[in-house]
Amino acid sequence: MPRPVGSRHVTLAPTTKDDELLARLRAGDETAFEALVAQLYGTMLMVARTYVKDRAVAEEVVQEAWLGVVQGLDRFEGRSSLKTWILAILVNQARTRGTREARSVPFAALARDDDGPAVEPERFRGPDDPYPGGWRSFPADWSAAADRIVGDRETIRVAMRAIAELPPTQQTVIRMRDVEGYSSHEVCGLLGVSEANQRVLLHRARSRVRAALERHIDG
Amino acid sequence: MADGTAIRCQEVVEIVTDYLEGRLPPDDVAVFEAHLDLCDGCRRYLDQMRITIDAVGRIEHADVPPALRDTVLDAFRARFRP
Repeated sequence: MPRPVGSRHVTLAPTTKDDELLARLRAGDETAFEALVAQLYGTMLMVARTYVKDRAVAEEVVQEAWLGVVQGLDRFEGRSSLKTWILAILVNQARTRGTREARSVPFAALARDDDGPAVEPERFRGPDDPYPGGWRSFPADWSAAADRIVGDRETIRVAMRAIAELPPTQQTVIRMRDVEGYSSHEVCGLLGVSEANQRVLLHRARSRVRAALERHIDG
Repeated sequence: MADGTAIRCQEVVEIVTDYLEGRLPPDDVAVFEAHLDLCDGCRRYLDQMRITIDAVGRIEHADVPPALRDTVLDAFRARFRP
């Protein structure tokens, strides 16, 4: 599990195991609970917003989901991971609210979300070139600076802003996969999206974020 | 030996996620990797993508609205109150 940089919140150690976390929650450990709420908030809000239009309503959905989690802690049987169980409760709440608001299921139309290429076509040689489709000039070599790049708070903020500009479905998938570390299998199951469509969304999202980092790093 | 010229850079950038996700068919993996052996540009691109994924994994938690946090914390506390 990736560790947030400089988070102001109490955070759970990345090594905190599901069993240990569950035991702490069932014992009434407020610190563990609050940290989990903070950790999952951004992703939960994003998932909720794919089902309900209004941000305030989406926040209500997240709140209701946590109340459901609190009530259901003893019922959790460990057949999925704790975080997957929490997200499943959220998705149920969001679907119910979304249906009430008569909003269509968002992931049905996702393949038409945004069809731009991963990299602008101008970056590649044209059909009359001896190497059509080849790079006009190579992307910069980041490998030697990788640690500095990912350790730089401004770079991370650039990534965050780039994600915020993505369509909600892409935001949801990249957050679940790359911020929270859910598996593709879990994402597909929770969101009711096919493996292939999940990958398309992830691809578009990562490609956009890479492009934003490139503009930031290489100018 | 797979032919790395069988795929263009412009196509590589569109299947890089399939590659990283382990969802490229074996023959395509061979072509993809043969292309990387020939092409510094695409090797760097793949590297940039991995660094991007790492950077996204370091995004800070969003701020929880105080009212929401208080409500759910209250519910949590109430559950454990004798």
